Formats: sequence, C-alpha cells, structure tokens
Amino acid sequence: MRRQAVSATGTDRSRVVVAMSGGVDSSLAAALLVEKELEVVGVTMHLAGDSSRCCSLEDADDARRVADGRIRFYVANYTESFQREVIDVFADEYLAGRTPIPCVACNKRFKFDYLMERAGIFGAEGVATGHYARITRNSDNGNFELRRSRDLQKDQTYFLFQLDQAQLSKTLLPLGELTKQEVRDRARALGLGTADKPESQEICFVPDGDYAAIVEKIRPEAKRRGGEIVDGRGTVLGRHEGIHRFTVGQRHGLGISSHQRLYVVRLDAKARQVVVGSKEELGAEGAEVSSVNWVDGQPPKEPVRAKVQVRHRHSGAEATLFPLPDNTVRIEFDEPVQAVSPGQAAVFYEALPGEDDRGEKVLGGGWIRS
Amino acid sequence: MRIYLDHNATTPVRPEVIDAMGEVLREVHGNPSSGHAEGGLARARVEAARDEVASLLGVAASTIYFTAGASEANNSVLMGLLEERGGSGKLVISSVEHPSVVEPAACLEKSGMVVTRLAVDAEGLLDPSDVFGAVDSDTVLVSLVWANNETGVIQPMEEIARGLKEREIRLHVDATQAVGKWPVDLQRVSADYLSCSAHKFGGPKGTGCLVAREGAPIHPLIRGGPQERRIRGGTENVAGIVGFGHACGLAANELTERMEGYGALRDRLWEGLCDGVEGLVWNGNREHVLPNTLNLQFQEVPGEVLLQALDIEGVAASAGAACHSGSISPSHVLTAMGLSPEEARSTLRLSVGHGVDAEQIDSAVSILTELVDRVRRAGSA
Repeated sequence: MRRQAVSATGTDRSRVVVAMSGGVDSSLAAALLVEKELEVVGVTMHLAGDSSRCCSLEDADDARRVADGRIRFYVANYTESFQREVIDVFADEYLAGRTPIPCVACNKRFKFDYLMERAGIFGAEGVATGHYARITRNSDNGNFELRRSRDLQKDQTYFLFQLDQAQLSKTLLPLGELTKQEVRDRARALGLGTADKPESQEICFVPDGDYAAIVEKIRPEAKRRGGEIVDGRGTVLGRHEGIHRFTVGQRHGLGISSHQRLYVVRLDAKARQVVVGSKEELGAEGAEVSSVNWVDGQPPKEPVRAKVQVRHRHSGAEATLFPLPDNTVRIEFDEPVQAVSPGQAAVFYEALPGEDDRGEKVLGGGWIRS
Repeated sequence: MRIYLDHNATTPVRPEVIDAMGEVLREVHGNPSSGHAEGGLARARVEAARDEVASLLGVAASTIYFTAGASEANNSVLMGLLEERGGSGKLVISSVEHPSVVEPAACLEKSGMVVTRLAVDAEGLLDPSDVFGAVDSDTVLVSLVWANNETGVIQPMEEIARGLKEREIRLHVDATQAVGKWPVDLQRVSADYLSCSAHKFGGPKGTGCLVAREGAPIHPLIRGGPQERRIRGGTENVAGIVGFGHACGLAANELTERMEGYGALRDRLWEGLCDGVEGLVWNGNREHVLPNTLNLQFQEVPGEVLLQALDIEGVAASAGAACHSGSISPSHVLTAMGLSPEEARSTLRLSVGHGVDAEQIDSAVSILTELVDRVRRAGSA
C-alpha cells in the first residue's frame, strides 16, 4: 500500500515551528502554543560557536528540557552560515568605520528566512518566536502590520523591521500582548525550568562586551590599523589603535585631554581617522538610509511623517522621510538627533497626529549610511 | 505509527528477552558471588547465559567476560595494552573504527605507542595485504571493526585473521554490529579478542562481553572484586546478562531467516527509493555489507534537516553514528572513504530489523521521496 500524502503523525492540528533559544521568552511562547492545541515543533538554532552565551548547546539543553518529550524538539546547526553572514560581517562593519547591529541580520536571515525554509520542509504552516512585538492585520487592505509589543520596555520591533508581508503572514508572536513580568509569572506557573533564567543583554557572540577583541580575532589585520584622532578642522589631537575600537557618540577612552567634553562624531575608515568634537557637532539634522524595507511591500509615493528610532535604546525622533530611488530614504529630523551612527538601523514608526508616545506601527526601516 | 529504521543505533528488546529478564528481576535476587542458595541460583543463571553467548560466537564459555557493552570491552582490550607494554610497541587500527576504539588508540598514542590507521578503499573495504604490510615484530595488537556501524561494510575478517595468526600478531575484532545479523564464528575467524553488545540484536542496553581467547593477555579496566575471574569488578548485571544470553539464543536460531528477511526489506527500500529519488548514491560495498544496512547519499540534501523532517513524519533514521548527535562534524567513516564533508553531511543511514515489515518500508519510501523533494525545492527557491 503506497501512501498518498505525508502525514504519519496522525494529527490534523496545524503544525508550527517555534524558535526556542533556551530562554524564558521562547519557552513560554512554545508553551502558549501547546495550550492553543497547535502541533508545536521546537527548534533551537545553534548559531554562534560554543564560546557564545546564547544559542549554545547548553541553551539547547535548557530548551530540550522545556520540550520535555511533550513536543518534538531539534537542534538546527547554522554555525557556518552564522559565522559568514553575521560574525564576519560584524567585524567588517567595524573596520569600515560603522557600528553594526548584528541582531537584525540574525533575526531576518536565521529566525525567519532559514527557519521558515525548515518549517516548510517540516510541513509546518509557520514559525513562532518569543519576540516582544505584535502582528496585526489591516481589515481594509488585508495587509499584515508589525507593531510594538505591549511591554514597551521589551519591544523588539527595532530588530524585526526587515520582515516582509509573506513572512509576517506566517509568523506567530505569542508574547506580543504580555509584559516581561507576566511572561515570567506564567512560565513559573507552568513550571518551565527557564522561568527565572537571566536575560541575555549583550550581543550573543560577544558575551563579555569586548567588541574590539572579537573584531581583532576575526580580522587580525585590524590590530595594525592605528591612526590619528583629529578635530573637525583636521588638527591632530592624538593617536588611536584602530577605528574599530570607536563608535559615534563615544566619550570615554579617547586618551586625550581637552577643556571641553569631546565625543566621537565621525569615523573615517579610509583616512583611518577618528573625528572628535563637541556635543553640538554630534547632532545630525538628517540621515541617509539604504536597503530600506517597507513592511507594506512598497515605498510611499510622497514624503511621510514618521517617528524614527536610530538605535535599540532610543525613544524615537520626529522626522520627515523622503523616499528616493534604489530603496533609499533621506531622513530629515525636526530637531538634530545625537549620535546617529552609520551601521545602525533607522526604523520608521507611524506618527499619529497628537500622539507623543514612540509610535506603534512599523512602516519600515533601513541601514544608516551617513 | 512509528517506523523505526535505526536498528544499528539500537534495537527494541525482544519480548522473549523481556520475559526472561523480568523473571530474573522478580525471582532471582541473589548476588552471584554469595555462597548461599540465592547466590547460587543467580550464579547458575549467569553461567547459563555465558554458555549461550559462547555457543553463538563459537568459543569456550571460559573465554567470555561480561561487560557493560562493547565500548567497555573495546576500552578494556586497548587500554590493557598500557599495562601489558607500558606504552611501547605498535598498534594497528583502521580509519573506520568506532569512537570506542579511536579514542583509546589516541590515548595510547599519547603514552608513546605507535598507532597506524589503515586506509579503506572508496567502498569502505580494507585490503588484507595492507594489514599484513603494517605489522611487524613490534606490533602488539591489530584492532579492527568487523561490520561497520555506519555503512554496514563487512571486512574480510577471516582472511585477515588467518594472515595475522600466521604472523603471530594478536587481533581484536569489534563485532558489535555483526553479531546477530551476520555469521560470527570464532572457529572460522581466529581472532584473539572480540567485543559485542546485547542491545544491537534484541537484547538490553548496558550489557555485552569481551571474548579473550586462552593465552590472550587481559587486564581489568574496573577493579574491585572477584567477578569475571577478577577481570571485571562489580556485581554482575544478572538480569542484563540473562537478557544478553537469551538474545544470543534467539540469534543462533534465527540467523539465516534474519539475514534473508532483513536483506529483502533493505533491498525493497533501496529499490523503492531509486524509483522516486534522483541522484541516490549507496555509500559502501553492496556485496560485502550487513543485510540490514543502507547508507545513502541524497545529493545536495542536508542530512540534518532530512532526518528531522523524517522524524516528524514518523520515521526514525540516523545521519552518521548516533554517538555523534549534536555535532555536525562529518562522519570520519565516510570521509575515510573519500566523501567530501558536504557529501558526508547529505548522508542518511537506514537500518532495518525485527518488527519492520514491507508495508512500513513502502511508507518510508514514499515519505522519504516526498521529503527529499521538499528539501530540494526549498533549496532551489
């Protein structure tokens, strides 16, 4: 007897793949979907090598314990792609004088592109994660919308702006309506072993926060690229041991004495110069953003008003967005914004008139180029 | 309904074996070393099992030392060389050994022994003349796997053993995969040592034995008592040993039938897959191979994802050896046969055994065919 279709599991429940990092958030996300009677397949993505604090094999063991035989659970090994597409790129960005934010590429490529591909092979209808964000559907045009989570302290939409309509349509974010405290409480109530596991804050493959050391490990030539520290007029104020050790807005570790507080205002990779200046010089009136993704699928035809978030912990600045050809956008801020760093993401949120919060709906975003 | 095609990792315990073990757990609680009636009863059960194991392997019962399995037996023989020779002399192994030989060998090498690792050909076979060419008067042991756990490839052990005997070189055979599905007869193969495990052929996990012929030196790995003639300390795993003996008894009775039955299922699987899947490669030698094992390369299909998708659809298989799970380092057995790391990673091991039937094979064929197609479509998207 030959089988016609693949469905040996004998269930007619919808199957969903949950990205389980071994932390409390994704553990609860999986548990909530089990409660909703979905057929949950847990997957831990093994990304950074064993030196990393997150996504290590120990974390996979934590996730496995949460899965505890109740759901199917697998470890998906992506260490080689992660090294190539995230860690190496991270180092190269620093060497180019930018301040990279590797979590965006990690989320987009790994938790969505690759995991969705695997979910398709697994016969699953979609992917769920423990991100703090919400996906809603516009009843007028049927479009999927990405919105900040209810817990604004934990909101992670800044890292998710690259998701497209196809991905949003197949994504479940079960924690979007919960606060972190509620997540921990519910995890504890469900007896999940990860309920009180500490938060990971740093970039996962830089557990001690020493970015320069990681860059030098991956690109040893970085150590031989010292240069000058100059002011805005080009006057040499000191020397540095590589621009990868600096980030725009940085005030400490310059090693120069001055009567006024000096900040890194610009990094010139070509000239190997760290340009410093006063707080006023740090302010940017606008920014150029490339590789822009519009969540709706198409750029607006006219300039639009938006709140723009230029780094993870930034409350957002009122601005006008001017869509340009080649997926680029020119941002003009209403007031100068401090420390707009090339390499970081600029994420656009819908600005509703009269509202003074951070904006809720993600319009899109891109990479700050200058 | 699950379809279990991973019998080289381990097998379900046969109901007859469970019954025999259950009876021992319930009724026979004595320590075989005790002089009283309870002890005597336990001792008798252990010795009866020893006879059954010895009879299956074609050796005297006095050459059987029960262990917690083949890994322990392998370690016992190899690490015993330290005591024997204090780290001098030469050891010859192959490049396709199980980790329980590979790692002790590396340890001996650190202690000063010279270790030769013989190459295999593209089909995983050893050339006996390479074995003979690698030994000399300093060689203290040759340790070779009889049937490979990953590919099922059977080495020409009779010829190798004969040649080594002529040269008076000791031979240890890791027969873990061969016992129970291939004729393992030490009357024909003059090996000095043999290791095997009960759980690979319907017995319980955690039991096995080392065979050491009379005159072959043997040193305890675990000290601490008179058990197993002071070679293996610790109270005997009586129920496990009884289960092992019982599994050997079943194997002796069923061997011909098993070889035919497993072979028919394995060939049905191969032919079914060949009909539906493009670019299939059989890794190993198709003639000198265990009847139950199929090691297949699904070109450009990562084994990891295929294995997981198969599991979700109800089919248990394996990519490389089970001991490697969690790591994707390509199988050393396959790379020794000349496969590239990518080819090794696109490999699946399917191994049939007791309880698998033709209908399950047909289901597995259609599931696997569909999944390979899905992976290939996803990859080209």
